Amino acid sequence: MAKVELVVNGRAVTGEAEDRTLLVHFLRENLGLTGTHVGCDTSQCGACVVHVDGRAVKSCTMLAAQASGSTVTTIEGLSPNGELHPLQAAFRENHALQCGFCTPGMLMSSADMIRRHPEGLDEATVRLELEGNICRCTGYHNIVKAVLDASAKMGKGAVKAA
Amino acid sequence: MGVEGVGARVLRKEDRRFITGKGKYTDDMFVPGMKHAAFVRSLHAHAKVTGIKVDAAKAMPGVIGVLTGKELKADGIGNLICGWMIHSKDGTPMKMGAWSPLATDTVRYVGDAVAIVIADSKGQARDAAEAVEVTYEELPVVVSAVAALKEGAPQLHPEAPGNLIFDWDLGDEKATDEAFAKAAHVTRMDIVNNRLIPNAMEPRATLGVYDAGEDHYTCWTTSQNPHVARLVMSAFYNVAPENKLRVIAPDVGGGFGSKIYIYPEELVCLWASKKTGVPVKWVADRTESFLADAHGRDHVTHAELAFDKDNRIVGFKVQTIANLGAYMSLFSSSVPTYLYATLLSGQYDIPAIHANVKTVYTNTAPVDAYRGAGRPEATFVVERMMETAARELKVSPAELRRKNFVRSFPHQTPVIMCYDAGDFDATLDAGMKAADYAGFEKRREEAAKRGKLRGIGMSCYIEACGIAPSAAVGSLGAGVGLWESAEVRVNAVGTIEILTGSHSHGQGHETTFAQLAAERFGVPIDSVSIVHGDTDKVQMGMGTYGSRSGAVGMSAIVKALDKVEAKAKKIAAHLLEADEADIEIKNGDVRVAGTDKTVPWFQVALAAYTAHNLPSGMEPGLKEGAFYDPSNFTFPGGCHICEVEVDPDTGTTEIIQFVAADDFGKIINPMIVEGQVHGGLAQGIGQALLEGTHYDDSGQLLTASYMDYTMPRAQDLPSFNIMTTETPCPSNPLGIKGCGEAGAIGSPPAVINAITDAIRNNDLAMPATPQAVWAAIQAAK
Repeated sequence: MAKVELVVNGRAVTGEAEDRTLLVHFLRENLGLTGTHVGCDTSQCGACVVHVDGRAVKSCTMLAAQASGSTVTTIEGLSPNGELHPLQAAFRENHALQCGFCTPGMLMSSADMIRRHPEGLDEATVRLELEGNICRCTGYHNIVKAVLDASAKMGKGAVKAA
Repeated sequence: MGVEGVGARVLRKEDRRFITGKGKYTDDMFVPGMKHAAFVRSLHAHAKVTGIKVDAAKAMPGVIGVLTGKELKADGIGNLICGWMIHSKDGTPMKMGAWSPLATDTVRYVGDAVAIVIADSKGQARDAAEAVEVTYEELPVVVSAVAALKEGAPQLHPEAPGNLIFDWDLGDEKATDEAFAKAAHVTRMDIVNNRLIPNAMEPRATLGVYDAGEDHYTCWTTSQNPHVARLVMSAFYNVAPENKLRVIAPDVGGGFGSKIYIYPEELVCLWASKKTGVPVKWVADRTESFLADAHGRDHVTHAELAFDKDNRIVGFKVQTIANLGAYMSLFSSSVPTYLYATLLSGQYDIPAIHANVKTVYTNTAPVDAYRGAGRPEATFVVERMMETAARELKVSPAELRRKNFVRSFPHQTPVIMCYDAGDFDATLDAGMKAADYAGFEKRREEAAKRGKLRGIGMSCYIEACGIAPSAAVGSLGAGVGLWESAEVRVNAVGTIEILTGSHSHGQGHETTFAQLAAERFGVPIDSVSIVHGDTDKVQMGMGTYGSRSGAVGMSAIVKALDKVEAKAKKIAAHLLEADEADIEIKNGDVRVAGTDKTVPWFQVALAAYTAHNLPSGMEPGLKEGAFYDPSNFTFPGGCHICEVEVDPDTGTTEIIQFVAADDFGKIINPMIVEGQVHGGLAQGIGQALLEGTHYDDSGQLLTASYMDYTMPRAQDLPSFNIMTTETPCPSNPLGIKGCGEAGAIGSPPAVINAITDAIRNNDLAMPATPQAVWAAIQAAK
């Protein structure tokens, strides 16, 4: 068994898990944070994306023990003050989700993308950078719109022409 | 239209929980004492099971139980069935082979479930599953439907000699032959519709809980139709009587057809919960989903389309072999028959059609409905034929279609369907204008200067949604009715709950359905809640598939709203001392028309429940139910146009533009309808360009993960240019046609027509991968 110590969504947590436990399973089963999802077994779909020490990570690709000592933000912690994060608001306003299963991972990846592109985003960049997140419902059309919308509203630069 | 009423782009009520990580899917359910299941699955595509040793597995850490098919049978659990009876042209019933939820003597595809292991953790269950020792005696394998029909092919089921399930005909063969005898031109093609794997992002999952104190079962499951699941598990599989079985489909992460069916896992987990005395949860991993979810499509077709000297279609002959996999899934027989051959008239006035369909067993996963279900297969045949005919006849593809459009309604086709309304010129015009079809040749020349092959292709589809009426589908072999139920409950404070037998797994019912009540009574949409997905809350329903929830589900709600409105008006008339006929309900007020005499909506509701002052003889309460059985299918139609550029050196296709002009009749929430079209287009374009399912000759699925099966990703797709025209559907009270599948139905032929136009070689199968396109370019040189 491995001892796992994390700061998750601003709260210090400790727990024990089988050595082979993936971070995503620790978050879901030990901490009850079921907003992070498992959609595949090969680190392809991105439904499990969380932020580890401020960067987007597929939590199915990391052991819980490996993450120990890190600060983790999950979808439940994206907007700690109870108001929607601009990306969450943009996803709703642009109808960027249908069944909602890929949505937490999409939001966490997109938040990281916007952080890494303070100069702003264009459609081609958003589509390229969503490579690690699969959605089967929306055809990505409105997800791309929502990310561009949030990027613009977050004031990190005007949207460049596609 | 109010800001939250019919026709408004109301933002979704359900979004908040999904964007904040508070959705509740089946895998998010944790109950006290819950244990985890893993299934032992066949590694062979076809083998005799000669022994199953479970002792080593039972001794593994954390293991609660290991159960096999013999114990399942001993407890009287029934075989899985197909619920739609098809008769062959000689009158014999379809030949259904036995499908045991856990195989006992023979396995017939890789992934066939053999045993279930229950343990404290998922990891322990999987470890122990690997320790279950199954001995197999391998049998010869066949994976292609065409090969399975050949003499000497490996035989799957003793019930189905020659692997033939049925040999079915539709239309008038003699009249069609006569039409061909007089034809001036005949276009002939062999067309393959590739097998697809649905891949809803939420893998299938179930949690079975047996309560010994109540002798009662609860099944949480990833289902598009929990009531049908309860009915089938009770009536056919002997899991438990309906009053002892509650089925809950909570938030469900996409379905696309694959979550219609009742699979082995749900009923095995329920049974295992009783057997072991613990709640049993099973969650598929993605490879399990690839192996054991029902697949879609997989047709091999030969088609011939006959024209007279004026390029009018005089006859259409279609022969299709449909691969149904190793077992007949719940609605598998209906897909290549009544959902396919009945749409072969397309948007065209065709006097004579004859179709023959043979369905076949193979050592592959069962095949059933996947987004579109039969209609994409029909559309692909019709629209590839039309584009090809236009090329052969050297006429414009648009004009050949226009010449043959159905223009008067109702229109009876030779293949059962009676089209009730449509305007195919309108969608074609809208699509061509939006795509600047007329300006294409200039763009082709410009691309050629850059060394690129540019092509354009179109597809004018018609589909049938809201399959109905119940009596008609019953006469065609359906084992269930295809109505829908609704109940409208007005609470004493005027808030409203609408119970529906439809199920939302991404379609936004909680918003769209609420708009109906907001429109009707002028109440805020936040005061309207939609209740669905639980057999303890909603008595009965038929679920969501075949684009039926709008046309059928919402029509049931309209009927219930009518009854509530009538009673509310009676109460209001009594309170206001006015004539019932003069009462109108607007903006949350109930008033006597043309006067200032009003009573707030909530007071009418309160009066219904205090019952202090009701009209003489009226029962208290304000709650009404309705069942709605449609009088006809609905017929959405449209025109999709795809423009591509192909790199001749690499075979890579880029979609330059994709235009979809669709006629869905009346639209309640345009935002949600657009989202449905986007998603459908992505799946259709995925089929055309990316998604290929490959079994090797030994029946191993080579495309069983996202490393091998190419899902459309954001950079594979363009932004779409979509629009709608409107001819209301005359057969339902809202004039709705259905929009959930159109994108997946219309788009594949448009894409392939565009690529084959670009590369000047019409011999190109789906998926048109760079390798396939490059090979086709070389072959044309």
